[in-house]
Amino acid sequence: MSLHRRSLAQLATGLRKKEFSSVELTRALIDRIEQAQPGLNAFITVTGVSALAEAAAADRELQAGRGGPLTGLPLAHKDIFCTEGVRTSCGSRMLDNFVAPYDATVVTKLKAAGTVMLGKTNMDEFAMGSSNETSYYGPVKNPWNPGLVPGGSSGGSAAAVAARLVPAATATDTGGSIRQPAALCGITGLKPTYGRVSRYGMIAFASSLDQGGVLTGSAHDAALLLGVIAGFDPRDSTSVEREVPDYVAALERPVRGLKIGLVKEFFEKGLEAETERRIRDALAHFTRLGATLTEVSLPNLALSVPAYYVVAPAECSSNLARFDGVRFGYRCREPRDLTDLYCRSRGEGFGAEVKRRIMTGTYVLSAGYYDAYYLKAQQVRRLITDDFARAFAQVDVLMGPTTPTPAFALGAKTSDPITMYLNDIYTIGANLAGLPALSIPCGFVEELPVGLQLIGPHFGEEVLLGAAHAYQRETDWHTRVPVTYE
Amino acid sequence: MKREQIESIAHLARLELKEAEVCAYQESLTKILDFVGELERANTQGVAPMAHPLAGLTQRLRPDNVTESDQHERYQVNAPRVEAGLYLVPKVIE
Repeated sequence: MSLHRRSLAQLATGLRKKEFSSVELTRALIDRIEQAQPGLNAFITVTGVSALAEAAAADRELQAGRGGPLTGLPLAHKDIFCTEGVRTSCGSRMLDNFVAPYDATVVTKLKAAGTVMLGKTNMDEFAMGSSNETSYYGPVKNPWNPGLVPGGSSGGSAAAVAARLVPAATATDTGGSIRQPAALCGITGLKPTYGRVSRYGMIAFASSLDQGGVLTGSAHDAALLLGVIAGFDPRDSTSVEREVPDYVAALERPVRGLKIGLVKEFFEKGLEAETERRIRDALAHFTRLGATLTEVSLPNLALSVPAYYVVAPAECSSNLARFDGVRFGYRCREPRDLTDLYCRSRGEGFGAEVKRRIMTGTYVLSAGYYDAYYLKAQQVRRLITDDFARAFAQVDVLMGPTTPTPAFALGAKTSDPITMYLNDIYTIGANLAGLPALSIPCGFVEELPVGLQLIGPHFGEEVLLGAAHAYQRETDWHTRVPVTYE
Repeated sequence: MKREQIESIAHLARLELKEAEVCAYQESLTKILDFVGELERANTQGVAPMAHPLAGLTQRLRPDNVTESDQHERYQVNAPRVEAGLYLVPKVIE
């Protein structure tokens, strides 16, 4: 099998058996990235030179019989993770010139594990978007059809993995930004439990919702990476002190006896008929493996998008106040005075969607509106979280679609923000409640991939990975690659 | 949303908006606020607001010791204007 078609696990074996070196692998993938860049625009920065140096160092480790399971494996980081000495733009003009002076904890951990960074992937500006069209660096194209969006905000990471430019990439998920692009690009995407993976050095959007995770070709590869990036970090005040289980061992968990909850509200209006069929086929597959299906209800689910579009903009307006044109980032030309410096640097440095969310957040937090919007949204957030808790008292895992439809056309939803926001109807609940969730490919509708979403209880990543792996052992949806990138 | 409201929010958020943007945000913020207005339907009487997804997680405190060294030169490489280790901004006091 050609190198780019192999999974992380297969590449690791090949490196150990000396079938190829990390330098050879890195060179082959850098070539692919450069060839694909004009068509996909998946990368903001390609770090070819440092990648080859890292690969050479990994080869020396492997040659000496040292190194761990990930030594020499290439990957890409979403451009939201700070990378020391490498431009970290967050998809924004505001940070176009920002060279991070330190590494995010996720980056530090993956570096220490011996991985090789091939570059930084394109994304919606400050992770605000569901189509990758808000990036200052232009939209990413869907590898299955260049007229369609790859999803967002981690669209560059998803497109890069789907086109097999990299075997895996890091990503972040505030309202669906790992799972939705995973679904639209036909790959595996894991958003861990809130607090499971450190947010240190991950540029903040909405701090009570943001969580780092991975986009990969399989649940097995997601387990490999999660084992490295998960864990307590004293530098993140919301990081959870809890032991990291052996996620690779969890892949072997039997599906027999697994209690699957079918979320009634996921199958009501809005879900496209053909997408629903693929989801139901996948659920039937799980019952054949010995799982049972029970219908459960999340009665407040319809309110998750409105609650999110109060909470997330409120937190964003506060987090993005740091971009003031003084200490780092974009500064306007010839400011008249300090207020002019702030207002024009921010007005010119941020794109339309980011400004819209800052404005929304500023409004809902302003005097006289706080109770009506922000407090109310926080109360609804608890109702939604309680709904999930009641569901998990009955079942082990929830399953349903990741998105209402497969990938949509570039430009189709940019004129109306509400239409775009509603694309995240099935994913936002897990963020509000802080739950782990995963999307895996489960079929195609008119040659476009469909994603099955699995949602687990807090710290239930092992259940998700075990179920996903059992499904992927018997199906080959996750091994399909767009013809152009075979 | 009235035009003056958009201008006042933009000022609070320290965002300079172009004329076309003011109109665009007038329209889209009106829509967004209508949309999030659905929250009113929920009966939240007696429901404690939830600020954080993990119950029981308390803010950790650390001992008040110096753990970072002075690296201002390194950090100021990213600053638009610096002089003698100080960030430069337009004159504030005449």
